Amino acid sequence: MIKTTITALALLATLAATPATGHEEKTGSFTISHPWARATASSQTAGAVFMEIHNHGDTDDRLVGAASPDAERVEIHGHLRDGDVMRMRRVDGIEVPAGGTAVLAPGGFHVMLMGLKSPLFEDTLTELTLTFEKAGDIEIEVVVEAAGATGASSATGKMDHGSGPMKSR
Amino acid sequence: MNRKLHIGIVLLVVAVFGFGAWLNFHGDEPAESTPVAGMVVNVGIGGPFELTDHTGARFSSESFAGNYALVYFGYTFCPDICPTELGQMAIAIDELGDDGARVSPVMITIDPKRDTPEVLSEYVPLFHERLIGLTGSEEEIRAVATRYRVFYQRFDDPNYTEYLMDHSSFVYLIGPDGTIAAMFRYGTPPEEMASTIRQHMKAQS
Ligand SMILES: [Cu+2]
Repeated sequence: MIKTTITALALLATLAATPATGHEEKTGSFTISHPWARATASSQTAGAVFMEIHNHGDTDDRLVGAASPDAERVEIHGHLRDGDVMRMRRVDGIEVPAGGTAVLAPGGFHVMLMGLKSPLFEDTLTELTLTFEKAGDIEIEVVVEAAGATGASSATGKMDHGSGPMKSR
Repeated sequence: MNRKLHIGIVLLVVAVFGFGAWLNFHGDEPAESTPVAGMVVNVGIGGPFELTDHTGARFSSESFAGNYALVYFGYTFCPDICPTELGQMAIAIDELGDDGARVSPVMITIDPKRDTPEVLSEYVPLFHERLIGLTGSEEEIRAVATRYRVFYQRFDDPNYTEYLMDHSSFVYLIGPDGTIAAMFRYGTPPEEMASTIRQHMKAQS
């Protein structure tokens, strides 16, 4: 058995540095703050989506799945940190307790888009359907940020390489 | 720090500790030793290498001689850890201003099977205009990774159509003499990388 620790510090660091920017999506008892994805190159077949999920209701819930028109398969992933080795793994779900927040941030959890049908271009929007155990499906729009963005300081996150063309839908 | 953030962190810690219990973790292979971390690096690790760059040309680390390189071992299918580190490297180099020109950002793939020069050539400009993507044969990559004490291992899940790579996540600073001047752990703030590089530059001049 490998002794594993989760990247708690990375998560905390990210959370602490996250400014109150980005858009919010409110549905029922959930607020999804700053849903964002990393831009991908045309040669990349996988992408990641991050967000904070606030549960204002009085029922514990769980994010159990997601779907995207841009990806063949979508999974929820986390990282196991084994010393300095990062092991990305699929997880069954992420708890969103009543009155609580689930954080999907670099180094921790993400929604993984696999089999991307087209690249995620910076400064465009992509759709994502989140499936909760109790609340069911919630549709959100995700902002595509720079490939090297961390969600904390994306405006100064990297050099400007020009933004890709807007995605037509 | 406001109260809301406090609550968020507490919940997050709870979530993090609960995570291990239900995570569907298949990696029960024996743990291999992970690289030595820290700002001071033992002699004997690292050294020169020759690989193939993202243009398809052979590339020798000799071309950094007299200057610096920030080297990361990763793979393009990685949607989170690798882009994070490459993004942080780019910020660190920008942070150095004019001196940043003396630092070459480099990504060496640990997944040469998928990361051909063509794949890398699409990928590297997303992070930095000077980022050099390096690939090679399985043997070449294994040899370089071993010398840099980089752990990597393919992970296959029967449910996945694509495999993942487990890998150690370090950024290496290679100094003017071609040896490793510093190593940065995952999550090192770019400002810290930049100030370490600056210190090395100062010591050299
Ligand atoms: Cu993933």
